[in-house]
Amino acid sequence: MKVAGIELKNPTILASGIMGTTGAALARMGRNGAGAVVTKSIGPVPKKGHNNPSMVELECGYINAMGLPNPSYLGFCEEIGIAKSKTDAPLIASIFGGNAAEFTEVAKRLLSSKPDCFELNVSCPHAEGYGASVGTDPDLVHEITTSVVDAVDVPVWVKLTPNVTDITSIGRAAESAGASAIVAINTVRGMAIDIHSGYPILGNRFGGLSGPAVKPVAVKCVYDLYEVLDVPVIGVGGITCWEDAIEMMLAGASAVEIGSAVHDDTQIFEKISKGIDTYLQKYGYSKAEDIAGLSHEMI
Amino acid sequence: MRPIHSKITEIVEESPNVRTFFFDTQFDEAIPGQFVMVWVHGTDEVPMTLSGKNSITVQKVGDATSRMFELGIGDHMGLRGPFGRGFTIPRNGENVLFIAGGVGAAPIAPLADIVKMRGIEAHAILGARCCDEILFRERFACGRVDITTDDGSEGRSGFVTDQLTETDTSNINRIYVCGPEIMMYKVFEILKARNVHVKTEFSLHRYFKCGIGVCGACSMDPEGLRVCRDGPVFNGGELEGSEFGHYERDSSGRKCRF
Ligand SMILES: Cc1cc2nc3c(=O)[nH]c(=O)nc-3n(C[C@H](O)[C@H](O)[C@H](O)COP(=O)(O)OP(=O)(O)OC[C@H]3O[C@@H](n4cnc5c(N)ncnc54)[C@H](O)[C@@H]3O)c2cc1C
Ligand SMILES: Cc1cc2nc3c(=O)[nH]c(=O)nc-3n(C[C@H](O)[C@H](O)[C@H](O)COP(=O)(O)O)c2cc1C
Ligand code: FES
Repeated sequence: MKVAGIELKNPTILASGIMGTTGAALARMGRNGAGAVVTKSIGPVPKKGHNNPSMVELECGYINAMGLPNPSYLGFCEEIGIAKSKTDAPLIASIFGGNAAEFTEVAKRLLSSKPDCFELNVSCPHAEGYGASVGTDPDLVHEITTSVVDAVDVPVWVKLTPNVTDITSIGRAAESAGASAIVAINTVRGMAIDIHSGYPILGNRFGGLSGPAVKPVAVKCVYDLYEVLDVPVIGVGGITCWEDAIEMMLAGASAVEIGSAVHDDTQIFEKISKGIDTYLQKYGYSKAEDIAGLSHEMI
Repeated sequence: MRPIHSKITEIVEESPNVRTFFFDTQFDEAIPGQFVMVWVHGTDEVPMTLSGKNSITVQKVGDATSRMFELGIGDHMGLRGPFGRGFTIPRNGENVLFIAGGVGAAPIAPLADIVKMRGIEAHAILGARCCDEILFRERFACGRVDITTDDGSEGRSGFVTDQLTETDTSNINRIYVCGPEIMMYKVFEILKARNVHVKTEFSLHRYFKCGIGVCGACSMDPEGLRVCRDGPVFNGGELEGSEFGHYERDSSGRKCRF
């Protein structure tokens, strides 16, 4: 299936930050049935990330503050090459930076390793502002997206944060700047405290929520984005089974990304894409694209 | 799971740089070789193999472990686990060989306890830099024990590999190895030449970020096996042709050669 300029093997994509720091890990997820794989977000300089604990399973999902650990584009071109040689799943390079120049530098430097697509992680800390994220400012998202789209010859997807008042204004900004798809959502800001010691559990004190707890948030964001956008929406957040994937697609997603659910099952992609096929057959649809946004017509 | 708030009930000074911490939290279901993520409040969270059902044995190397050494009985740490795949358990009547270097004796000691309890004959080769650093010699006393020290202060002067070269492994059913990776790799090469590496299990270390098999920070080339989830114990056959013995990755994911 062709979605937003790339040929997916099926609608289940490995989300960024999950099994994404080495080419071998990405290839393993590709072999396990992912329709495409997204790398860990890569930046302009090597980063160690935050101190541990950096990811903890809670009652309702997971909370993480990895702190974008990555070896920078210098170390990562080789990993993309390895991933591409060991799986035929398309490879989407997730990148981040503090401003348009940094994003563009990273994209250009990764181009030689021939990623099939870029995903801009505009949810990282804002180097030019004060603690907010780049992705909360539509003008900045527009500037960054324009700059990367101009610099590369492959599709550019933009991944949004749900931690904004109006996600559609950010989605529109990215679309008008030339994004081929909008990916939603990144993690939902959150915190967990150990009641016995009083310490916040994450090394970074607070972080982002993922897993089942965020699915309704993601479904609503995808639904709203589908309303206002012409480009495809890729749904991500809390998908653990094919029913979740279908729900996300009915809300407006052309394909889905799966992250935290890899914790329980590394074969999740194959299972979910089989489940999607069975559903499509049962209800008489010929392809996954046919159900994207269907719930909008149910009035 | 959230970290279990665990009180230190006893501290044993094993050597100048190694201490065993006992907790009021008991991991009864833990398999030898499994680890816990140990949260030192306000500092860091690091992986430590369970050296017993309610204990970890820690070598002081950096921030988190130094902070642990400042804690006393009654203080707390957060424990998550047991995680990962542990060792296979020897059957009655089998011949077992343990090879441990330094604090690498910690993951293997619970196996030695089982072997002793069941009356299985085992041979242990324990190595360390000097005699003060040989850990758990009484726990390993379930058969022949060979000691090697780098400085010759006890047993044979040299490395565990020198002893292994002279050890007949043809009748051994299971070999268990833990220690610095360079040591483990030399052991692997010796055993591979004898084609018994497939009877051997190695307990590996990599930098752990999430510790629960999600982020991929600890995954090894070329198969992408996660040390925190698919390991930390691997059969020698699984390690053939891998990065084992050649390089690991630091916290940013950059390769570091051994
Ligand atoms: C599965 C496993 C079991 C282990 N079991 C034991 C044990 O039983 N006893 C013992 O003394 N040590 C054990 N270690 C090693 C122990 O985790 C490190 O010594 C400890 O993390 C050092 O932390 P630090 O802050 O004191 O050192 P730092 O100053 O942070 O770093 C010193 C070195 O420790 C290692 N390290 C630091 N953080 C981590 C991390 N999050 N994950 C993995 N390695 C890290 C790195 O190699 C680093 O170079 C184990 C490691 C692993 C992966
Ligand atoms: C451990 C971890 C690391 C992540 N790292 C990144 C990242 O580097 N870049 C990014 O865009 N999203 C990152 N995410 C967010 C996920 O890609 C995804 O958007 C989010 O987790 C919601 O999906 P899920 O519920 O399926 O996990 C990370 C999530 C987790 C759990
Ligand atoms: S440390 Fe995250 S997968 Fe092993």
